[in-house]
Amino acid sequence: MWRGFTLQQFANQCYGNEYDLGKGRQMPVHYGSNELNYLTVSSPIATQVPQAVGAAYGLKMDKKDACAVTYFGDGGTSEGDFHAGMNFAAVLGAPVLFICRNNGWAISTPTSEQFRSDGVAIKGQAYGVRSIRVDGNDALAVYFAVKNARKMAVEEFRPILIEALTYRVGHHSTSDDSSKYRSVDEIEYWRTRRDPVARLRMFLQSNRWWDDENEDLLRQDLRTQMMSVLHNAESKKKPGLSNLFEDVYDVIPQNLKEQEQETQAIVGKYPKDYPSDVPLD
Amino acid sequence: MALNKMFGAIRGRAPSQKLARISSQMQSPSSLRSFCAAAKEMTVRDALNSAIDEEMSADSKVYLMGEEVGEYQGAYKISKGLLQKFGPDRVLDTPITEAGFTGIGVGSAFYGLKPIVEFMTFNFAMQAIDHIINSAAKTNYMSAGQISVPIVFRGPNGAAAGVAAQHSQCFAAWYGSCPGLKVLSPYSAEDARGLLKAAIRDPDPVVFLENEILYGEAFPVSAEVLDPSFVLPIGKAKIEREGTDVTVTAFSKMVGYALKAAEILEKEGINVEVINLRSIRPLDRATINQSVRKTNRLVTVEEGWPQHGIGAEICTSVVEESFDYLDAPVERITGADVPMPYAANLERMAVPQIEDIVRAVKRACSRSARGK
Repeated sequence: MWRGFTLQQFANQCYGNEYDLGKGRQMPVHYGSNELNYLTVSSPIATQVPQAVGAAYGLKMDKKDACAVTYFGDGGTSEGDFHAGMNFAAVLGAPVLFICRNNGWAISTPTSEQFRSDGVAIKGQAYGVRSIRVDGNDALAVYFAVKNARKMAVEEFRPILIEALTYRVGHHSTSDDSSKYRSVDEIEYWRTRRDPVARLRMFLQSNRWWDDENEDLLRQDLRTQMMSVLHNAESKKKPGLSNLFEDVYDVIPQNLKEQEQETQAIVGKYPKDYPSDVPLD
Repeated sequence: MALNKMFGAIRGRAPSQKLARISSQMQSPSSLRSFCAAAKEMTVRDALNSAIDEEMSADSKVYLMGEEVGEYQGAYKISKGLLQKFGPDRVLDTPITEAGFTGIGVGSAFYGLKPIVEFMTFNFAMQAIDHIINSAAKTNYMSAGQISVPIVFRGPNGAAAGVAAQHSQCFAAWYGSCPGLKVLSPYSAEDARGLLKAAIRDPDPVVFLENEILYGEAFPVSAEVLDPSFVLPIGKAKIEREGTDVTVTAFSKMVGYALKAAEILEKEGINVEVINLRSIRPLDRATINQSVRKTNRLVTVEEGWPQHGIGAEICTSVVEESFDYLDAPVERITGADVPMPYAANLERMAVPQIEDIVRAVKRACSRSARGK
């Protein structure tokens, strides 16, 4: 969002409609944008860690004044890829930021069952990666930590690991009911007493840069926007049939061209057997 | 046992050289001119080395990474001299993490570099197979063409000699079934040069399956093959030996076995057409079917396991497209359906031998009863 991906683009991706930059290929929340230098999100956990190191290596080879940044949770630090990526980043001197959101839970697995190390920051240190632990619910602390980390990564050609401590108040996904594995009191405590957005708001309000009226107006406006973009996205057509066969390779091979033609012929011949909102082109 | 194989290879080399020279002449007029001069020979190892060297010189985005590729000059010396020539920025000795360096290679390809990732053998690539399939093969599709992955994964594949189960698996069928990947497997020095150069230049991810035993084998190469601009098309098989009675398909080391079997069968009056697949995915179904329509009989040869193998796919392609032309059931010669044993006698029994190919051809030609 901060880079410029619009709410409408997010909604289009979730609905996989014809305006989705991903042409309906990916699950919701697996968005990406070349223009914004944001790699299309991939499902297997922690694969992005060595990939980010590779991209950072490319930046270093091209002598760009830039670094790569990648995000993962506490659970992701158990994956083999995390260890391989950290180790390599240190050895290669890759300008990359590893930002770990340690929110205490990997679906139903608490961090006490995920690792017995002293959190995640110490894992970075073990690999020779300079690491910092920061209060993930303090927006300003996180801002300054990341800003300084970026400077170090770019100027000194080194990886930095940031462990941001926070708490996952919501369920893991819409298929989850987390009250089954943790106490409702615990969730309520963090939701009401330690919410990071509320904390920032109170800081702004105490400095008289914000007030309740602005808050209400903003919330109303955003709600209206969200309803509008979702409604828009839902009403759009799905991507055309040709999108099934494109992009497997750089140039579409002959066998896929033939399959596409055969499929078009069959859908054209038996339209009642196929969804009506899939354009044949 | 391995020594016998070596001697067999040396003894058998002279006639197959002639055949290779003749068939390469039929393809390119420029090599006709070199027929009179002594044909230059090149090992597969040198062919691969020169291909990587030339592509790295031509494009600064190409770089090589893997275990022991730099200071050690390559576990099989394929990357000899490259660290000295291009420096440590472009020839990277990696720590021992296949998952790590494969992921890094893919990440750098996302960025726009052109990595060549070497696996000491493809058996160890299984520790990185998530990156090969989920990160490399599928990304162009999943990103709707926004992110291409111009990466080459290469290394020895299949059985070697006395290296047992965890060093001998053939991965052609597994990678060959995956959309988004291109899968190549060279036999000769010409194949090695032309296909590797094509793979490095290709914007799609390519799995390049070499063979350890073939690294040291020398093949004649024409001036055209030695030219830095030489490249072979991906997806085209090569007719190594023309014939009329039966089509035998093979790739990598088995091409050599098929050619030797063809010489034996020639003496018994059976004229064999040997097809060197070169490309597992895309598979050159047109060339295979065209050949079977001419010969009416098919024998597929591979070192890998039988179930869901390359031969199974070729057989189906021919049944789908050329059923009426078949005069006999398709014969499949494959490795035994067991993990590779170590003992030399057992290993010999677990991989196809020339005699197996000869007997299969005879069965296809109904020269002997089924089951013999």
